[in-house]
Amino acid sequence: MPKRTDLESILIIGSGPIVIGQACEFDYSGTQACRVLKQEGYRVILANSNPATIMTDPDFADATYVEPLDVAILSKIIERERPDAVLPTLGGQTGLNLAMELQNNGILQAHGVELIGADAQAITTAEDREQFKNAMQEIGLEVARSGIARCMDDARRVIQTVGLPVIVRPAFILGGRGTGIADTIEEFEAIAAYGLECSPITEILIEESIRGWKEYELEVMRDRNDNCVVICSIENLDPMGVHTGDSITVAPAQTLSDVEYQQMRDGSFSCIRRVGVETGGSNVQWAVDPDTGRQLIIEMNPRVSRSSALASKATGFPIAKIATKLAVGYTLDEIPNDITKKTPASFEPTIDYVVTKVPRWAFEKFPGTSGVLGTSMQSVGEVMAIGRTFPESLQKALRSLEQGREGLNADFGEVLLESIETATLLEAAAVPTPDRVFELEALLRRGVGIDDIYDATGVDPWFLDQMLMITEERQRLVGLSLDSATEQDWRRAKQHGFSDAQLGYLWNVSDAQVRRARQQVGVRCTFKTVDTCAAEFEAATPYHYSTYEDTDEVSIGSCRERVIILGSGPNRIGQGIEFDYCCVHAAFALRDAGYETVMINCNPETVSTDYDTSDRLYFEPLTFEDVSNIIEIEDPIGVIVSLGGQTPLKLADRIPPELILGTSPDSIDRAEDRERWNAVCARLEIPQPASGTAVNRESALAIAERIGYPALVRPSYVLGGRAMQIVYDDDQLADAMEQIAGSGSLGREGGLSAQRPVLIDRFLEDATEVDVDAIRDNVGEVYIGSVMEHVEEAGVHSGDSACTIPPTHLGSSTVAVIEDYTRRIAHELDVCGLINVQFAVKAGQVFVLEANPRASRTVPFVAKATGVALAKVAARVMLGATLTELGAQGLLNRVVSDHVSIKEAVLPFNRFPEADAVLGPEMRSTGEVMAIDMTQGLAFVKSQLAAGTRLPDDGMVFMSLADRDKQVGVKAAKVFVDLGYSIAATSGTAAALRNAGIVVALEVAKLEDSGGLNAVDLIDRGDLKLVVNSPRGRGPRADGDHIRKAAGLAGLPLLTTAAAALATAGGLRDWKRHPLRVRSLQEYHRRTSVGAPERNGAIVDDTEVC
Amino acid sequence: MNYRLVLADGEEFSGVGIGADLPNGVAAGEVVFNTVLTGYQEVITDPSYAGQIITFTYPHIGNYGVNSSDDEASRPFCRGVIVRALARRVSSRRSEEHLDAFLRRHNVAGIAGVDTRRLTRHIRESGAMPAAFGPADRDVLAEAALREPGTSGADLVAQVTTRSPYVVGSGPRKVVVYDLGVKRTMLRRLAELATVKVVPAHTTADEVLATEPDGILLSNGPGDPTEAGPILKELPELIGALPIFGICLGHQVLALAFGGRTSKMKFGHHGGNVPVQDTRDNKVQITSQNHNFAVQTGSVPGVRETHVCLNDGVLEGFVHDELPVFAVQYHPEAGPGPHDSYHHFARFAELMDACRGSS
Ligand SMILES: Nc1ncnc2c1ncn2[C@@H]1O[C@H](COP(=O)(O)OP(=O)(O)O)[C@@H](O)[C@H]1O
Ligand SMILES: Nc1ncnc2c1ncn2[C@@H]1O[C@H](COP(=O)(O)OP(=O)(O)O)[C@@H](O)[C@H]1O
Ligand SMILES: [Mg+2]
Ligand SMILES: [Mg+2]
Repeated sequence: MPKRTDLESILIIGSGPIVIGQACEFDYSGTQACRVLKQEGYRVILANSNPATIMTDPDFADATYVEPLDVAILSKIIERERPDAVLPTLGGQTGLNLAMELQNNGILQAHGVELIGADAQAITTAEDREQFKNAMQEIGLEVARSGIARCMDDARRVIQTVGLPVIVRPAFILGGRGTGIADTIEEFEAIAAYGLECSPITEILIEESIRGWKEYELEVMRDRNDNCVVICSIENLDPMGVHTGDSITVAPAQTLSDVEYQQMRDGSFSCIRRVGVETGGSNVQWAVDPDTGRQLIIEMNPRVSRSSALASKATGFPIAKIATKLAVGYTLDEIPNDITKKTPASFEPTIDYVVTKVPRWAFEKFPGTSGVLGTSMQSVGEVMAIGRTFPESLQKALRSLEQGREGLNADFGEVLLESIETATLLEAAAVPTPDRVFELEALLRRGVGIDDIYDATGVDPWFLDQMLMITEERQRLVGLSLDSATEQDWRRAKQHGFSDAQLGYLWNVSDAQVRRARQQVGVRCTFKTVDTCAAEFEAATPYHYSTYEDTDEVSIGSCRERVIILGSGPNRIGQGIEFDYCCVHAAFALRDAGYETVMINCNPETVSTDYDTSDRLYFEPLTFEDVSNIIEIEDPIGVIVSLGGQTPLKLADRIPPELILGTSPDSIDRAEDRERWNAVCARLEIPQPASGTAVNRESALAIAERIGYPALVRPSYVLGGRAMQIVYDDDQLADAMEQIAGSGSLGREGGLSAQRPVLIDRFLEDATEVDVDAIRDNVGEVYIGSVMEHVEEAGVHSGDSACTIPPTHLGSSTVAVIEDYTRRIAHELDVCGLINVQFAVKAGQVFVLEANPRASRTVPFVAKATGVALAKVAARVMLGATLTELGAQGLLNRVVSDHVSIKEAVLPFNRFPEADAVLGPEMRSTGEVMAIDMTQGLAFVKSQLAAGTRLPDDGMVFMSLADRDKQVGVKAAKVFVDLGYSIAATSGTAAALRNAGIVVALEVAKLEDSGGLNAVDLIDRGDLKLVVNSPRGRGPRADGDHIRKAAGLAGLPLLTTAAAALATAGGLRDWKRHPLRVRSLQEYHRRTSVGAPERNGAIVDDTEVC
Repeated sequence: MNYRLVLADGEEFSGVGIGADLPNGVAAGEVVFNTVLTGYQEVITDPSYAGQIITFTYPHIGNYGVNSSDDEASRPFCRGVIVRALARRVSSRRSEEHLDAFLRRHNVAGIAGVDTRRLTRHIRESGAMPAAFGPADRDVLAEAALREPGTSGADLVAQVTTRSPYVVGSGPRKVVVYDLGVKRTMLRRLAELATVKVVPAHTTADEVLATEPDGILLSNGPGDPTEAGPILKELPELIGALPIFGICLGHQVLALAFGGRTSKMKFGHHGGNVPVQDTRDNKVQITSQNHNFAVQTGSVPGVRETHVCLNDGVLEGFVHDELPVFAVQYHPEAGPGPHDSYHHFARFAELMDACRGSS
């Protein structure tokens, strides 16, 4: 059927900030959707609050709304843009749920907007667990025994019929939030109650637990001619009970006979047909009883999902792109297969390799969390690896994780398991955790039988035997050495996925020596192609992976100069989508400039691993070995290491220096190495906080003696402010040193030693933090991308605090100083490309905190706020273009801003109810949102809305502040009261407020002193609308902890700094005056001017607040 | 033991022996590749592979073992199996035997550890061709590869067809199946709607008609349709007498009987993911296929071409303009492969009922 001509404009709802369960995969799918719709000639309207996405680049849509994903805001957008249709199936659960709300509120109908892809009926049938089960039983598919509950009484009734153990699953949730398995009635009470809270419609499904069964996923597609195909089958290594997002998963399914597989395929088709997904991709999840073969259908997602992104990368079949074409009316047979060009998309990809996905977690950042995996997703990122066999792909995946592991053990990381005796280790392995896969190998190495391990863990014997092959190969290797290994030995080892680093560990030599020896006997990797058809047809698409086979398939035909761009690997807290955005921009910019671009990355969620982002894609681990292999065959003119965050930067000093594009490794080191950095600042006479480096308790105390308290303590060589602490006295300092020296996750990261000293800085209290992104070219010109003023004071990690463009409270003289310092640092470090500098401004004086001569987290935000694509400019500069030239090409045209842009961080505390929701110098946010409006206040309110916090327009505000915050708190309270909010406060805070003449409606008892209502009571009674609680500087962190937890559980807006409270108050005040307005980036970017940043005038009325 | 695989054009691959031993050091046949991800047992036991060596493009083969219910014939007729990695520990409650043991039991040799992707690309470029593998030295193997006739010239049907007639199912209708190398799944499908009498390929038309069946199914089978033996002579007498359904080789011999032409394909269709469009309603079925010969488009007088392969335009099915005869090139019974095309059996039943009603 031809494409629909009755539609002109289509609205795509994005998935918003990166959160656990919803990451870059929806930028990947959304970007493809935008591309397709534009190519098809539709007017594309996009709503997404996430500035770090490619899809929100102004040239991907006709109208790009970087606005909160909220029904009220979306209605405004719909009113302005009058789209003919909404495509709800590419923006993850968020997009889907919002589309449903718009439908249920009658907004779509009111404006005659049609849902394409999946209609409301289909979405509810799939998402409402009860309707879904009934529907499935209706068509003869088996589902787990279950019942629905909307309150605890129902729940208790249901459990009678279903019987323990059960799994509790809330309706309309993503990433399994609030799901859990209960074996005892006590557990059931707790889990059911929490589940009801998590469900937006307070409804839970209580279901027989089939933990331990095999878990599978099928990615299916359907077109309007009712043609159905399976794109990919996925088998979970971790059996039922561990969320697919937290499971090691393998494609294709490995242990299903054709008879069983076809039964699952038939079932999946009946499912998608019954649910009524008219066109597009869906994800159907199955459980199989290993003993009886019983197949139960678990759920179906009527939209593209994390797994469909994985399936697309695993097979080369672009599900999102095709789904979009199907949504506008094409049928599969009308769409050509990109990869073969000759054959149509109406087929089922078949592959001749094995794909393994391994998640990456961040438990170490959330003290108090158990680290046990369950039915609710907790991972923050994932890697994918391709190998010809499972052992090879598993080992490649594990070394892709960048967590210090070189593969499946046979590395320094394995030592941690050696001390544990076998019985204990087997028990440990029975509990799913991030370490399980390594424990399994250790058990196999100790001779524990596959069947015993299977009984304990439920991990399929086929997988265990494949791991055992790795173990046996390792034992064979141990008997060899660098010189005794024959060509055959080398090949065997490599075909089992052993990295040079692992061989180096086994033979205790360096990986470089291993590499040399290996190449001497002529064992080199070969590159194969991902082609959707197992080589049956010729592939037009250059999408490759390495393996050790007979022949190489990569042919570098072109004579264009080649540039390799190193990606940023798995998402993790501190390094996320922003860096992928930068790499993608480099690919685009350099391709436009006539270079041939080569991308290396191992993150299946990303746009960078889309095969048409660069001229050639290598889906490979970002290690010295794997990257060197590619450099050898590509023979590039240069390698870009400064756009993918720390990952590629770590490789910089091992790549031939002449190949490093942009800032030299030595300059990078001068910024990263503490001593050398201090020298730089001294030379430039730029003030830094007083500091010193300590290797033990004594030296630490001595330094504190000199610089004074409070002090900031941080281990060296850690990312994202890992384990940084603020200490206020000798005891706290001693404790901190103790922790860092001590083992645990930090011990793994290096602990304390002369090589890894602890850095101790004077902590600047109540200082304003400032970020600057700038670019310097090789003739020494510097372009200041933007100066960003943070809302939260220094001490809250830059990645976790909100920041503003343009700065709203810094005097222009201060800004001038900051820009000048930035220039001087850029010159001194001889930067070529991007540099990010962080400052703290205290009482008018500017201190520099750190400089990173590389792309920073804020680059995309700056680009969207100012209209200048910094990453593109930087990429060109690194290849020799000057800012003057690029300016002449219009790449530096800046938006004339009559608006304020705010970036706000989004934190994952709702995933970790046990963790304290307070902000500090250790970064913990998973994502960010951007908000733009007339005044800083309005932009701030929007940013809160975008981050998921609905600020109340009346009611009672609770305040409990640390002494140092009281001054600012008073200012905030004053505004709240003026605006008609009433104030409740704990005694100390109340006193401070009263002194300032502010009426305190209710004084609240501290939790410790008995008698009287305390904050938690008030929260539970629903009396409070907003909670402001900043932790006491001195005294235990835990103080106020339960208040924050209670607020979190009750879903109350929670502010943990006085600064945020003040900004909120200001925002609410502006909000009462003007309603929030929506504007597209294209409108904001319409007026541009060449050159210097704008001084902003439009927001004078904010100053009086401060 | 280290094995070598040598193709007729001299291309060479190394690997290790699996399955049955090779006393004289050599196994020879025509190398083809199959792209299924599941269903290796059904493929290996499909009689249509007589004379051929099967390369599996999916690297891990044998993962879920083999079991008696998934056999497509009493034994494999293929000349060998080429895989990248043969599973060691199998995992499936359905498994009764390890694939390696199965191959030994049926005296089929194989070679593992081969860069099957390189081999597949070579066949894609140079076409399916004779080859030999085993522990013997290069020259011996090369020699054997050159001597190997492959699938041309030999009446392979005679080797795979049943020695004597037998009956399966007890359905209301009476169907005679000409066993040109029939797969059990095909009989299972038919048995759901008819009492099925399976007869040897050399059975005469008179013998068949004497049993007064409601319809005839011409099964799949190995090799070149023009070499398909007696059936070619018998068909003219059968056509028109009663409903006929041809599958795969059956489709090809029917085309020949109507005066159509067949030709050998470069490397054929062997897989479970082939898109076939029904030109009447444009619906696409993902089909299971296994053929090296094809009926030339437009070469068959008096028929309507109903099905076409979307990958390469190969003719995949036709129905006769007047006579109750239709055929498909692919495998509607699946086994292994998708179930998208079961409806052809219902269609056959309707045709038989219609004809019975009218006569
Ligand atoms: N009945 C069950 N018993 C045990 N584990 C289950 C059951 N149902 C689901 N699970 C586990 O919980 C995970 C999440 O369930 P799912 O329905 O997929 O929710 P989500 O919508 O979060 O993906 C699944 O991946 C599976 O491992
Ligand atoms: N001397 C200091 N005084 C106050 N806050 C500081 C000081 N040094 C660092 N910080 C805070 O700690 C955060 C993390 O420190 P930073 O050096 O940026 O580490 P990272 O390399 O993880 O970004 C900063 O964003 C800032 O808020
Ligand atoms: Mg799921
Ligand atoms: Mg920083």
